[in-house]
Amino acid sequence: MSTDDNGTPLLAARGLVKAHGKTQALRGAALELRAGEILAVTGASGSGKSTLLHCLAGIVRPDQGSVVYGQERLDQLPERRLSELRRTEFGVVFQFGQLIPELTALDNVALPLMLSGAGRREAQGKAGEWLERFGVRGQKDLRPGEMSGGQAQRVSLARALVTGPKVVFADEPTGALDSLAGEQVMTALVHTAREAGTAVLLITHDAQVAAYADREVWLRDGAVVSEHAQQEMAR
Amino acid sequence: MIGRFRPGPRFFTEDYSLSTYCECILSPMSTRHILLGLLAGGPSHGYDLKRRHDERFPQARPLAYGQVYTTLQRLVRDGLAEVEGTGSEGGPERTLYRSTEAGGRELTRWTGEITPPAPFVTNEIFAKVVVTILAAGDPAGHLQLQRAAHMARMRELTAVKTAPGADLTTVLSADYALTHLDADLRWMTTTAARLTTLTAEVTAA
Repeated sequence: MSTDDNGTPLLAARGLVKAHGKTQALRGAALELRAGEILAVTGASGSGKSTLLHCLAGIVRPDQGSVVYGQERLDQLPERRLSELRRTEFGVVFQFGQLIPELTALDNVALPLMLSGAGRREAQGKAGEWLERFGVRGQKDLRPGEMSGGQAQRVSLARALVTGPKVVFADEPTGALDSLAGEQVMTALVHTAREAGTAVLLITHDAQVAAYADREVWLRDGAVVSEHAQQEMAR
Repeated sequence: MIGRFRPGPRFFTEDYSLSTYCECILSPMSTRHILLGLLAGGPSHGYDLKRRHDERFPQARPLAYGQVYTTLQRLVRDGLAEVEGTGSEGGPERTLYRSTEAGGRELTRWTGEITPPAPFVTNEIFAKVVVTILAAGDPAGHLQLQRAAHMARMRELTAVKTAPGADLTTVLSADYALTHLDADLRWMTTTAARLTTLTAEVTAA
């Protein structure tokens, strides 16, 4: 399993605790993500999967515990640095894509590059290349509402990967798709991430989607419960 | 780590999905109906039928020549096929067979027949969970280990079906196995959530 040059995990969470009001979403969750690894986080609805992803991606801060990315403690970073990391080093894909409805597919993918300072022409050129890689260049002038769910999700993947992130966080990326479209999206995500050496943290309740990953951790009631089983299997 | 798991040789056989496909799909199929299907396109001899069968079902165990000729003789005996003549086509003389009208009707009947869903599936995992409870063991731990083993196999099958150049037969046979393993996993998840009640029932009985 690959790691960063210094041998440490790319992303490591320890003892994460997070409550939403009176609901305890995470109860000491811990995991490690290695560079270039595809890791599935599975569990039933309400097990804390999405909250874990939000903590790992620096979208929300845990109440307790640590999230270390490289040499930085995400749980302690100022919002400005978190925002920079999310823009340059992280890519995020959500269940419903969350593309900007007013923009074409090409402009949706070009947007992260433009926010990082690229000119429109350069950004659109690169966006077109990524749409090509995901097989949706033909839809470049369509708006999200004019595309199928599978096409829109592949545009979302292109948007997540266009900046060359080190980690893509994918939250139920096939949850709104039929099985064939879901298979196309997962195949595109996994092949492209492996080519680019991008790590993927994949949240899913679907074992067939989790099977695309190198490894699985299983959450129950806000904590990882499959560590024991994995250690046993390694013996 | 699961990746260092060292199961038996069959576990990681690359053609797991294909052998499963053969065992679960092809084996129950009747060789006589497959041969009738191959004859539906026109007269053919035993050697050619065997070759076409092995090409059409590359994951199936190749038909033995003896099985082909025995089956053809039975089809003739039952009036479902008949001898068309002999031909050599530059090689040894071979007997040509063709399907009869009765053979065509039998093929139509067989392909139109709905395969009955299995009324009950023998579940070794469930038996082990119950016995683990009876022996005061750790059924939850057993289910976790079983889940990890299922996931390892599902990763293997997913790699087979997403490999560059995988043909549709390979994809579909892997999908067949994946879907069944997924069903097992769902059952294990439900069972794990009900272990307290199950333990009470089993130990009270």
